[in-house]
Amino acid sequence: MMTILNLLLLAVGMAAVGWVFRFLGQKITGNKPYFRDMSFGVAFGFVFGAVVLVWLVWSYVLSHSSDPTVANKYFFLGKAVEGLVIFAIAAWIFRILGRSVGTNATRKLFRSMPLTASFGVLTILIYAFVAIFAGILAPYGQEEILGAANIVPGGNPAMGGNPDYPLGTDQIGRDILSRLIYGAQNTVGIAFATTVLAFFIGGTLGFLAATLGGWLDQIVSRAVDVLMAIPSLIFALLLMTIAAAWAGSEKGLLTFYMVLIIAVIDSTRVFRLARAVGLNIVVMDYIEAAKLRGEGLGYLIFREILPNATAPLLAEFGLRFCFVFLTIASLSFLGVGIQPPLADWGTMVRDLAQFINFAAFAPQVASAPLLAAGAIALLTVAVNFVVDWMLHKSSGLKE
Amino acid sequence: MASILKIIAQRLALGVLTLFVVSVVIFTAVNLLPGDFAQAILGQGATEEAVNAIRKDLGLDQHPVSRYLSWLGGAVQGDLGNSFAQANFASFVGSDAGSGMASVAAQIGPRFENTMFLAGVTALIAVPISITLGVLAALYRNSIFDRATNILTLSSISSPEFFLAYILILFLAVLNPMLPSLSNIYDGMSFGERFEKTLLPALTLTLVVTAHMMRMTRAAIINLLASPYIEMARLKGLSPMRVIVKHALPNALAPIINVIALNLAYLITGVVVVEVVFVYPGIGQLFVDSVKIRDIPVVQACCLIFAAAYILLNLTADILSILSNPRLRHPK
Repeated sequence: MMTILNLLLLAVGMAAVGWVFRFLGQKITGNKPYFRDMSFGVAFGFVFGAVVLVWLVWSYVLSHSSDPTVANKYFFLGKAVEGLVIFAIAAWIFRILGRSVGTNATRKLFRSMPLTASFGVLTILIYAFVAIFAGILAPYGQEEILGAANIVPGGNPAMGGNPDYPLGTDQIGRDILSRLIYGAQNTVGIAFATTVLAFFIGGTLGFLAATLGGWLDQIVSRAVDVLMAIPSLIFALLLMTIAAAWAGSEKGLLTFYMVLIIAVIDSTRVFRLARAVGLNIVVMDYIEAAKLRGEGLGYLIFREILPNATAPLLAEFGLRFCFVFLTIASLSFLGVGIQPPLADWGTMVRDLAQFINFAAFAPQVASAPLLAAGAIALLTVAVNFVVDWMLHKSSGLKE
Repeated sequence: MASILKIIAQRLALGVLTLFVVSVVIFTAVNLLPGDFAQAILGQGATEEAVNAIRKDLGLDQHPVSRYLSWLGGAVQGDLGNSFAQANFASFVGSDAGSGMASVAAQIGPRFENTMFLAGVTALIAVPISITLGVLAALYRNSIFDRATNILTLSSISSPEFFLAYILILFLAVLNPMLPSLSNIYDGMSFGERFEKTLLPALTLTLVVTAHMMRMTRAAIINLLASPYIEMARLKGLSPMRVIVKHALPNALAPIINVIALNLAYLITGVVVVEVVFVYPGIGQLFVDSVKIRDIPVVQACCLIFAAAYILLNLTADILSILSNPRLRHPK
């Protein structure tokens, strides 16, 4: 009750300050148009933004307080502020680099890039690098069970850490840092392969349906309609039950089935898009010309339709990857996705989740599950930023 | 008017047909399971007679088509069969089938109510917030406020539900103990208590769906701002707020209603993960548990309920968007 009252009081206070801010602005600048025409909402917005900024800076200061209870309480906010600033600076530097290095085309691309998109590109590059070189970067193996279990992250021996394991070890003594790094390879790699497969199935069927039409189009479209009527996560869970029974104790096989299941479920969405885009292209004059030349179906699809459908399919690929990635992470989190001993972020969150309850007195302990969950979130956010920018660019600059 | 009724009747018939086909798909998928429940529960060393006895009691020895028909017939009447896992086999093997079994309907009933409560609370919080934010973002488009909300909503759309859930637990339950992090809901709880326990899962779901709804509201309004009648309203000297709320919003209602219904349908999937995180006794948690122990009648029933809700909400979106658009209401 007190918190609600305090929040109300804060809102009223901010509104009052906003009014005073606008009033003073009008008086001091002698009614300059900027202040004269400022609506109350804008004035309130400025004050609100200022309050949020001050609050963030203040919590960063408090996170370095000498009183451990206060410092622990603001530990996560402090780290979040730190991460935000570091990433913003890195993205900014990356954009400057992109503007001055490279060919004319890439320079032009970077010049029109907002900071969020350059953050997205940089993050995707880092993930790709980590995923490819996971074997070299990780200090230990992903399945390697080391000396002690539950070593606290932070590497400070006084607090139960160990400098050999900077992020600590998990409940059976595997190095969390190594598992996070291998997670990039497994989680992202499997999601990527699934998306490619979904695009292969959905794209091929979609273009075929668009070019051939007739009964093939009818059959596939109706089948897709039915599959899309079942919520995808629910359907995936149902099919995973069956796959688990088929795979028995072979964990690798189950992961393979999961890739197939999610690829088929997601290919329905790709099919819809590919068919719609294909239908628009099929009626073009150049397709007619190619048909009159006597070109075969393969030529029509791969040399005529596909090159003209790249832009929408590419944006869809980014979004689809996010969906697939999140579905796999959710399945793993629920315990039916990627199977141990493969390191995977969703499974890591589930295994380490109970440590969050220690956040009030041992924030380092609580940070392990959040790191794995944050790794998932960071990549999807980055991909979404890039796709958002691409869509904005291709849609033309609307108002 | 007659034409609207005709369109709605057509959509409803299509919805029922889809639901029927979906039930066939679910039933077929479940029957692809190798072995059956009788074998699974008795283990490797079971004798043939014991397996057959249980099979007979559970009706597993009949032909799949007749089993499907009896399942569907029961489901239409609200009888979803008996849960395998809750069955007390020792008491009834050899005796009359069905004694000592918990019906699926009895298991799902209270949980269904809980899930609807959660979805309802979420909708009550999310819909007003997202429409207000969408209108504000359209009003102050391309300002710092618009860009900040764009970044925030994009981030919350693309984060996994469990990440948002744990962040909320961290800040609202562990570091600042304001709300309970476990939603253990039981019978005889007062409404206030129940609401308090539901608040954290509802807030998580709100974060997930608000973003999408808000972005669509903003886009729908901005799409209209280039129209001549908006120009006219501006030239009359109306304030920007009035132009948007009085002139743009009513015309943008169709896509907004559509996206709200679609997001409520999305809640159905999101609810599974969130219920597991908060141990909320809803249908999603029951579904995941049943998937793990292969309790087939419950998995089938949950799947059917999820699919039915999903189809129903999509249908509602369809019909509402027809009703709110005069051009669709009076097709040429």
